[in-house]
Amino acid sequence: MTQGPGTSGLILEEPLLWEKGKPGRSAFSMPERDVPETPIPMDLAGDGPDFPDLSEVDVVRHYTRLSTWNFGVDTGMYPLGSCTMKYNPKINEKIASFPGLSSAHPLLEESLCQGNLQILFELQQYLAAITGMDAVSLQPAAGAQGELTGMLIFAAYFRSLGEKRIKILIPDTAHGTNPASAALCGFKPVSLKSGNDGTLDATVVKELMDEETAGIMLTNPNTLGLFEESIREVADLVHAKGGLVYGDGANMNAVMGIVDFKRCGVDVMHLNLHKTFSTPHGGGGPGAGPVCVVEELKRFLPVPRIVEQDGRFVVEHDYPDSIGRLHGFFGNYGVLVRAYCYIRAMGAAHLKKASQLAVLNANYIRQELREALDLAYDKPCMHECVFSDKSLHKYKVSTLDLAKRLIDHGYHPPTIYFPLVVPGAIMIEPTETECREDIDQFIAVVKEIISEAGQDAEMLRQAPARTKLRRLDETLAARKPCLIG
Amino acid sequence: MKEINELNLPEELMYSDDHEWAQKEDAVITIGITDYAQDQLGDIVFVEMPEIGDSFAKGDEFGTLESVKAVSEVFIPVGGEVVAVNEDLEDSPELVNEDPYTNWIIKIKPVTDNEFQTLLSREKYLQLLKG
Amino acid sequence: MRYLPHTDEEIREMLAVTGHERLSDLFRHVPEKCRFRGEIALPNQLSEWGLLDHFRHLDQSIATTSTRAVLMGAGSYSHYIPEVVPGLVHRSEFVTAYTPYQPEMSQGTLQGIFEYQTLTARLLGMEVANASMYDGASALAEAVLMALRVQRKKNTVAISTAVHPHYRQVVRSYLQASLYTVIELEVGEDGRTDFSPLQGVDDLAAVAVSSPNFFGIIEDLEEAAESIHDAGGLFITCFTEPFAYGLYKNPGQCGADIVCGEGQSFGMPQSFGGPGLGMFACKSSFQRNLPGRLVGQTVDLDGRRGFVLTLATREQHIRREKATSNICSNQGLCAMTAAAYMATLGRTGLKKVARLNFDKAAYLKQKLCDSGAQLLFETAVFNEFALKFPSDFAPVRERLLEKGIIAGLELGNFYPEYKGAYLFCVTETTSKEVLDTVIEEAGK
Repeated sequence: MTQGPGTSGLILEEPLLWEKGKPGRSAFSMPERDVPETPIPMDLAGDGPDFPDLSEVDVVRHYTRLSTWNFGVDTGMYPLGSCTMKYNPKINEKIASFPGLSSAHPLLEESLCQGNLQILFELQQYLAAITGMDAVSLQPAAGAQGELTGMLIFAAYFRSLGEKRIKILIPDTAHGTNPASAALCGFKPVSLKSGNDGTLDATVVKELMDEETAGIMLTNPNTLGLFEESIREVADLVHAKGGLVYGDGANMNAVMGIVDFKRCGVDVMHLNLHKTFSTPHGGGGPGAGPVCVVEELKRFLPVPRIVEQDGRFVVEHDYPDSIGRLHGFFGNYGVLVRAYCYIRAMGAAHLKKASQLAVLNANYIRQELREALDLAYDKPCMHECVFSDKSLHKYKVSTLDLAKRLIDHGYHPPTIYFPLVVPGAIMIEPTETECREDIDQFIAVVKEIISEAGQDAEMLRQAPARTKLRRLDETLAARKPCLIG
Repeated sequence: MKEINELNLPEELMYSDDHEWAQKEDAVITIGITDYAQDQLGDIVFVEMPEIGDSFAKGDEFGTLESVKAVSEVFIPVGGEVVAVNEDLEDSPELVNEDPYTNWIIKIKPVTDNEFQTLLSREKYLQLLKG
Repeated sequence: MRYLPHTDEEIREMLAVTGHERLSDLFRHVPEKCRFRGEIALPNQLSEWGLLDHFRHLDQSIATTSTRAVLMGAGSYSHYIPEVVPGLVHRSEFVTAYTPYQPEMSQGTLQGIFEYQTLTARLLGMEVANASMYDGASALAEAVLMALRVQRKKNTVAISTAVHPHYRQVVRSYLQASLYTVIELEVGEDGRTDFSPLQGVDDLAAVAVSSPNFFGIIEDLEEAAESIHDAGGLFITCFTEPFAYGLYKNPGQCGADIVCGEGQSFGMPQSFGGPGLGMFACKSSFQRNLPGRLVGQTVDLDGRRGFVLTLATREQHIRREKATSNICSNQGLCAMTAAAYMATLGRTGLKKVARLNFDKAAYLKQKLCDSGAQLLFETAVFNEFALKFPSDFAPVRERLLEKGIIAGLELGNFYPEYKGAYLFCVTETTSKEVLDTVIEEAGK
């Protein structure tokens, strides 16, 4: 039998925070009182929240035990499609905690924070160089906020022309954030059906693109892991009708140093620094979603902007056409610092190599699993490959069962049931930081699970069996929501 | 999922091609979803209903049914004004799964009589399901 | 390169499996007109040592709270962070995980976020809280959008001018492409928001107030609730300094419907303004209108307690353009940080630290007033207050800067009418010695 790293480990129970502790305990090193007490206005005074009082050891044991119930990239392979779960370098964490970077107040006068501003300014330049675009704002705190920024730029652009455009084209394979972001800006999404080969058909765009349509939002490579080869043609069609092209850069990890987005005809795009540029996901965030634009749209970028004037870095607010501010200060600065570190540690050649190896790993998995699983689209993939659940039907097991059994074998499952256009989708993105032995082992385990399905399908339906908890009742959670304890 | 011959489709009801049922009693029409619709949706976790007094034209969306990972709109088979909503579903949406006919969703006062007449009989609805 | 594990031999072998000769062949289908030309224009690659040197050099050019005292808040606060908080939350099992889509292997994150939601709701006096938004500013924008959803046909939102100016700008950015109307409510002579203009606004969806507000003033939230509810609006309160609720009544007690704000004070370094934490809570009757992720309690197949992401049908990945928000990634690790920080403080600790903030700020305020400064507004504050000076304060601030003290934020850039006035902030991290230095220089 093929053995993955999964085993049943040492798992300790741990109650909720408020089920522990005793009033009067404290884990906080209380500063010395060196000033007198001043009376507080009694009509406004409160009694403080109902927080548990815990000792330092209570807190340490609590979070240490919780951490052992979690799985991260540092624990093992995390081939979650569209999420680019690559290794998060340790040195970046250390640098982000340097006192000048981590303790700087965001409203310091420029003369006191030149170093902070220099990092922002240079990162803007690096991201422009990597995408081929002309100007960058680092403010958006995540990809979806980057999309919102982009759509606000679209809206501002058409407003500046005195045009009213109410629709936007979005392929059916797009992330849900695309239509949600567009709708926030008053654009009605028009769904574009993917062609038979899983990519966009330019003739469909030609048919739907009109003078009421602001343009198109597309992800390239798309969420099927396929390169949209007609992107330039599509962009020309959109531009011919006065529209703009938005590029969702969620899958940038496939094409660094390989594709120039400006040459593709993209006008605005966002990047996910927590995907392509190795900053950790933190169990859901914080991320960063910088927005890159072409020269013509630069005047609409959010303020403030960080610019260089006579060898000094300054915070500029005076851009009358700007869409305004998206973040309380400069964005998720600590995340930006980590991405800066990654880019400097990699350099141009290794960024390109990273994309090449990410694509190699995905194609290798695609090739090695194509007999065992059913390929959604039989053509070379980029950084991820997508299978359907067709080959699982004969065992009466589902994509979910396969995913849950992978947990028992010690892997985080791939993205499942997305994109919606593939029945029972299994979307595998290995990233470049997985080595060949680990990929071979993963492939062997997937094959093993499929043979398990033939022998004992019920075991898959009952999986996982080796985790702290078995499958959780999501129906109960949604029917009788219990959101606080 | 149920096979078509396992579905419970009462003879006395009328059906729409969006998988709602309707029953007329005096001047009021009671509306719910069919056994087929509840079976396709799976475990229903929330029913979003209109307010009493809201008016809809035939085919309008009058609410949604949610499962854990999907949202389905429900469309009114006969136009009219809402006179009652089934408040039991607010706390116990699972009732729709248990019995989609006892557990109606809304009652309306129809605008005209004609629309009800154009709905499908059990037999025609069954044909529709068989495709 | 140490992050790229493939040997040349492995690359050759893997290419043989995929049917390619060279790595570049993997991209054969990328059209010529889309290709990157030449190499990416980046500076030379740095070794780990080189990277450290580069950053040490940059780091030294920055004035930080560790080498200086920064008596400036305005949305970013210097509080002591106990070592256990980063020490625990930075465990790589938390840091390197993704959003907990697979609950069986994410119970650590899920229980941690459930605890965060609970402590947040208790802090703010609300019935439910979400798993976080990006920051206080975007949380306020989302609160306004949520109120407009709940209120359906009403289209006007009023915001107090004493809400952080950056937050108001973000709200305007979020709403600029929609048809809603935003009106601003001025502050009265006491530094509190004047709600009298609400009479006569007939499609009022919501009113947003900050307490403490930008000038540090504690608003009369109970009176605000009455005026706003009378005018038919939902009451949104926001905050930049959650420590205030260790001393003052929480917004829920005062009748708020939606409460949101910035949680950076709870264990996150200031980090030049981010990442912080958008805290977001509301009454439970609005829970299906909440933006963002929610963690809920449930049971596993054996009936044991566990946690999952829930009510996902509100979100973009299911409801797409009809979602309650476009948010996907949030500030998960920051929420964990805040929960660990709240746990470290406990009720006893939070009350003590809050009181110390208040007393230290009161000390500086009183002494500066004794030497001739004048309060911009004479109303209760927490740890921030605004002063006018009989003569230009800039030279004093300059002298203090030379002593390593950044004394206050000049208000002219935010409120031209208060040019020359300064906003001060004093937290538990500022010693009496520093405060006395400021007092001494100001008295010269």
